[in-house]
Amino acid sequence: MDMPVPNAAVIAKKAHVVGRLRAALPEGAVIHDPAETRAYECDALTAYRCPPLAAVLPATTDEVAAVLRICHEEGVPVVPRGSGTSLAGGAMPTADSVILGVSRLTEVLEVDYDNRFIRVQTGRTNLSVTGAVEEEGFFYAPDPSSQLACAIAGNIAMNSGGAHCLKYGVTTNNLLGVTLVQMDGTVVEIGGAYMDAGGYDWLGLICGSEGQLGVVTEATLRILPKPEGARPVLMGFDSSEVAGACVADIIKAGVLPVAIEFMDRPCIRATEAFAGAGYPDCEALLIVEVEGSAAEIDEQLGVILQIARKHDPVELRESGSAEESARIWLGRKSAFGAMGQINDYMCLDGTIPVSALPLVLRRIGEMSQDYGLGVANVFHAGDGNMHPLILFDANKPGDLERCEAFGADILKLCVEVGGCLTGEHGVGIEKRDLMNVQFDPADIEAQLRVKDVFDPKWLLNPAKVFPLAATAARRAG
Amino acid sequence: MMTPGTEADLAEAVAAAEGPLRILGGGTRGVGRPVDGTALSVAGLAGVELYEPGALTLVVKAGTPLAEVERVLAAEGQRLAFEPMDHRGLLGTGGDPTIGGVVAANVSGPRRIQAGACRDALIGVRFVDGRGQVLRNGGRVMKNVTGYDLVKLMAGSRGTLGVLTEVAFKVLPAPESVATLTLHVADSGPAFDAMTRAMKSPFEVSGAAWAPGAGAVHLRLEGFSGSVGYRAGRLTDLLGDLGEVTVETGAEANAALWRAIRDAEALADHPYVWRVSMAPGAMRRGFMADLDRTARFDRLLDWAGGLCWIGMTEAQAAEYAPRYGADDAPAGAVRFHRDLQQAMADPELGGGHATLVKGPAALRAEVSVFQPEPAPLAALARGLRAQFDPRGILNPGLMG
Repeated sequence: MDMPVPNAAVIAKKAHVVGRLRAALPEGAVIHDPAETRAYECDALTAYRCPPLAAVLPATTDEVAAVLRICHEEGVPVVPRGSGTSLAGGAMPTADSVILGVSRLTEVLEVDYDNRFIRVQTGRTNLSVTGAVEEEGFFYAPDPSSQLACAIAGNIAMNSGGAHCLKYGVTTNNLLGVTLVQMDGTVVEIGGAYMDAGGYDWLGLICGSEGQLGVVTEATLRILPKPEGARPVLMGFDSSEVAGACVADIIKAGVLPVAIEFMDRPCIRATEAFAGAGYPDCEALLIVEVEGSAAEIDEQLGVILQIARKHDPVELRESGSAEESARIWLGRKSAFGAMGQINDYMCLDGTIPVSALPLVLRRIGEMSQDYGLGVANVFHAGDGNMHPLILFDANKPGDLERCEAFGADILKLCVEVGGCLTGEHGVGIEKRDLMNVQFDPADIEAQLRVKDVFDPKWLLNPAKVFPLAATAARRAG
Repeated sequence: MMTPGTEADLAEAVAAAEGPLRILGGGTRGVGRPVDGTALSVAGLAGVELYEPGALTLVVKAGTPLAEVERVLAAEGQRLAFEPMDHRGLLGTGGDPTIGGVVAANVSGPRRIQAGACRDALIGVRFVDGRGQVLRNGGRVMKNVTGYDLVKLMAGSRGTLGVLTEVAFKVLPAPESVATLTLHVADSGPAFDAMTRAMKSPFEVSGAAWAPGAGAVHLRLEGFSGSVGYRAGRLTDLLGDLGEVTVETGAEANAALWRAIRDAEALADHPYVWRVSMAPGAMRRGFMADLDRTARFDRLLDWAGGLCWIGMTEAQAAEYAPRYGADDAPAGAVRFHRDLQQAMADPELGGGHATLVKGPAALRAEVSVFQPEPAPLAALARGLRAQFDPRGILNPGLMG
């Protein structure tokens, strides 16, 4: 993975920059000792590492503004960092950059149940947002699988999704307002507790911009009353075609399940060996979950089961209790852990039109043979967001490179069938160079022009999202 | 008027333009500052490009009539969940609303509170920028974080950043049945209480509106019939102490009721109409009370109290005028508009935004039709326009 050559002039004035940052922030908020900056050398894309020039941990919006103003004046690149759970290298530093971590911005600022919102500092973790409102029967809907650790700041930067977005949408659909600090230190309030702020859709543009347009320090998030209950049903099929057809028929029948999860045979076998959830050994498995009161759940599951039976399932398992529901989810929830037991793996994140599912699975199977690397598929079938897990051995020379080439081929296939490179993880550095597969040069140029408006000096997370060649002139200043 | 029949012709027309262009879909939603310029219609680009009901995906050309889009979806038991308003009745315009116009103005109706706005359902766009260049963003899948989200930027940008040529949506199933609970209350206290309680319940209310004049709060439930019946019962119990509750389950009666709310039909005869968006609590606490004190104009609340339509007659405008040193009805309207937007900018009141939806062209030319933005955002808006439309030819001045 290429990263830009660090700016030697910036590295040479490290002591000066660190001095200014220390003068602007409280004691202990600036980390500059090489032994300590190492903690920020990578995020969850651990294959690539580089310690930053320094890391700062501001605790207020004003402190964030001070940091950005100094870095702007000094021409120092800034890499914003949530909790560092990005699988795409979104928070990967360069040697001439300052990591701006939001981990000290964790306060709940306001909870308003009558108006159904919560305002938080963005270093707060996703799950602890729900934690702050669940006693009153509310929750925050986006639920990325890293929700125990990931920060709202990162969720906003990557427009994170989760298993339940077929019904509740992703981060951008649940974000009402932000406090944004621009690279020059200007603080802007956008939106608020009300809907559809006037003017251009700034919230929509900032959400998913991977920390390249500004640093979000506070967010107003929509919270929802919890449904009365939820219940899953498990179905096994002889072929992924049939499973895909079943998903389409359920959706066409007017049922909107809160989640439709798909696993293929390699994934089923791995999770069975690991978790022993009692899944059938079949080609394709679906877990469909619906919400409501007991009677409403029965009504929806009645429709779903009737459809499933028409597709000759090899297994159809209803849940009669909370324990049985937990058992149905057990294998799916331990899928990543199970794969990790077997091997190193790389988790992809492309999205495909649901109708292309059988073709894509067949092609992935063929490619798996060609590359000589195993692959297991687990994904959110309702919205076509795939998570193929490619197995490799990190200790075997050449395996990582082969795995990356295989992954790139899968993502190209996703684009070819009408989908996209990333459904919820973001581009980061991982898929930067594949952007040309999805976009024409003019489409990329239009996006670069947006960054020109927000960050004319190209100092915010500059080496991410776009192919380096496309941004070289801008980054050079 | 230019009405190109292909995207390439449209791009060429924009590239060749020597002066300002007034971008039109069906021309039914003339909201914004009046624009002088050659009319460029997108109505020539019509037709469904792709519809996969099993994937909840629809891709259509921007000039496709909204009615056709709704017909195609209804044939498969699906719909646009955001319930776009038809502006014709309110604004007295004619013609066929297009899907591109819906997107350009980010038009959403009562179901906004449950299903999101137009921009939330929009998953892909193709458009021609001010350079005459065809650009695309997003796609046809509902989970997509590849690059910046220009899809949402285009929604509601009213043709000032580009001319939409194709739009893609996540669509949703139409429900098997619908019921509306009506709570008969005269005062705002119990009306707001009812809407707040309903929205805090797990019963998935898909519309919550209050017509103060009619003394009725309407709460809509949609879904499978058993579920709707169950929730209607639970919600009736929840609101019983506030007043009498009646339930309407007829499909046609429900459609007519919610169409009237969606299109602000009650205000169709008013020459001046505003749309105010605030948090319901802020609306209730400060704003409505202020309005009661200073100007008892006709109101219609939607979005569980988060959206307030205000209608003003000529007589009311004339009456408002002298209290603030103005001397005729138009001056009274200008004054009220400025008071309204100033109130939105007052943090004490809780924040929000006010838009002049209907008013004479002279009024729309004089005031900032949309809520003025803070200086840093206004600067970013100018910056974006300079990038996407460097010659300043796309609906110049429409958004301010």
